[in-house]
Amino acid sequence: MKEYINQGSQDTRSGFGAGLTELGRTNPNVVALCADLIGSLKMDQFIEENPERFFQIGIAEANMMGIAAGLTIGGKIPFTGTFANFSTGRVYDQIRQSIAYSGKNVKICASHAGVTLGEDGATHQILEDIGLMKMLPGMVVINPCDFNQTKAATIAIADYEGPVYLRFGRPKVANFTPADQNFEIGKGILLQEGTDVTIVATGHLVWEALEAAKTLQANGISAEVINIHTIKPLDKDIIIKSVGKTGAIVTAEEHNYLGGLGESVARVLAESTPTPQEFIATQDTFGESGTPAQLMDKYGLNAAAIVKASEKVIQRK
Amino acid sequence: MQDTVTQVRRDILRMVHKVNSGHPGGSLGCAEFFVSLYNEVLDLKEGFDMNGTNEDLFFLSNGHISPVFYSVLARRGYFPVDELNSFRLIDSRLQGHPTTHEGLPGIRIASGSLGQGLSVALGAAQAKKLNNDSKLVYALMGDGELQEGQNWEAIMYAAAKKVDNLIATVDLNGKQIDGSTDQVLPMGSIEGKFLAFGWEVLTIDKGNDIEAIVATLHKAKAMTGQGKPICILMKTEMGNGVDFMMHTHAWHGKAPNDEQLANALAQNPETLGDY
Repeated sequence: MKEYINQGSQDTRSGFGAGLTELGRTNPNVVALCADLIGSLKMDQFIEENPERFFQIGIAEANMMGIAAGLTIGGKIPFTGTFANFSTGRVYDQIRQSIAYSGKNVKICASHAGVTLGEDGATHQILEDIGLMKMLPGMVVINPCDFNQTKAATIAIADYEGPVYLRFGRPKVANFTPADQNFEIGKGILLQEGTDVTIVATGHLVWEALEAAKTLQANGISAEVINIHTIKPLDKDIIIKSVGKTGAIVTAEEHNYLGGLGESVARVLAESTPTPQEFIATQDTFGESGTPAQLMDKYGLNAAAIVKASEKVIQRK
Repeated sequence: MQDTVTQVRRDILRMVHKVNSGHPGGSLGCAEFFVSLYNEVLDLKEGFDMNGTNEDLFFLSNGHISPVFYSVLARRGYFPVDELNSFRLIDSRLQGHPTTHEGLPGIRIASGSLGQGLSVALGAAQAKKLNNDSKLVYALMGDGELQEGQNWEAIMYAAAKKVDNLIATVDLNGKQIDGSTDQVLPMGSIEGKFLAFGWEVLTIDKGNDIEAIVATLHKAKAMTGQGKPICILMKTEMGNGVDFMMHTHAWHGKAPNDEQLANALAQNPETLGDY
């Protein structure tokens, strides 16, 4: 098996901050907006270096989305920053009309997604945001897996013309992808080749999928692991090709099973290659307070749950 | 310009009559404003590009008065006047509410879901400042629309951030779908609220008088660049220019029938030629 090394755990939001800082130095059209969460979004460095290109909006997310849409008229590339909950559900209609339907080049950057936000509890732990955003025509939806990939994705979306939803998180997680990676929107990454089951994961669950693959190998099961950082547009080819070999699939995401990556994968496979599938996701529930590890365990979002689901789905072949 | 207003009224009436839908009341009420703005006030380049660099920009927040917007844009040369025939029809660029989605020249943002236009105008105004572009940004909102909370986020922000290259006009016709604004949700003193939020406020008592509109817009223009956003409270008559559509909210979102159209057109004889 290929060995993936944790280069030192970091939060994906810091990857966003690092990417934004680099964009500040390389792309004069990039501007940033924040709704009173600069520290949480790790935007400090960008602001220090480019004060004139930063807009503190205050606690007014609807206004932030509208202002971002307006800034594109004049050639700016606005990056909005707040928690995932306030980046999506709170401002759905502003995004829908002023950004998506209007085709504006806004990058909606959303931190603290999912249950790993932790102790603040369900009011802040959105598990529906991927679904909300992927349903908007023309919206690109990206959920990178670690610090390096979040940084690379942040830089890459500035070169893409059109609205993007970039989702990342709060906790420190393994940083294992290359620092010099080239991030290609819509292109899945084959991390581990295998023959018995395909594990397709996004965001924080990618590292868990790699950990699960190790356990599965010890149990005599060969798992193929794919990092789907872009949920929309979905890399159909890599998924169809993989299940052609394995005949079974597990999808893994820190999101409700309704509306998430799993459903997108199921639709693709139903149209082309009907395949037994298990869903590692929350089961139509809100989150709650707790540590990230406790919550990932309670809601079945870790390597142990992926192992179990893989063994189950293989039985269904 | 009065001739243009009369022709614009005919366009509005014929557009909504043809498809038996649309919003004639507010459109007629703002005909003088749009004609004044596009013919006498806005500093515009030839042609249309989305970024609108080095020209004034206008954003319509209350998108349901699209008929007047479309008519004035067409009469100003943004697209063929004949295209007004396609208002609200399938495969048209003239959607029920304005949109960039079909590529209609002159439109820079979709609007219709209320309360969003002022924020967009603020962003465009701040982009102009970043670009050292000294041209101005104008916006129009309905008065009923001020019930949407996003406006007050934007109003607070504009003053706090000294967005002083913005002139936002409120169409004060005192009416919304369910009745008068005072019946539906009394808003108290709108002037007092804008002043309390730190805006300059000008009032046009005769919001259907071209001279009054042009004079106030020029006055507002002279007040830009002084650290404060500028609001114009423009008192208009919904349905203006068609006697049976005035002094009522009944024609907010209702089209005239054949007989009513004939009556309304007779009150507004053709000037620049019907489309």
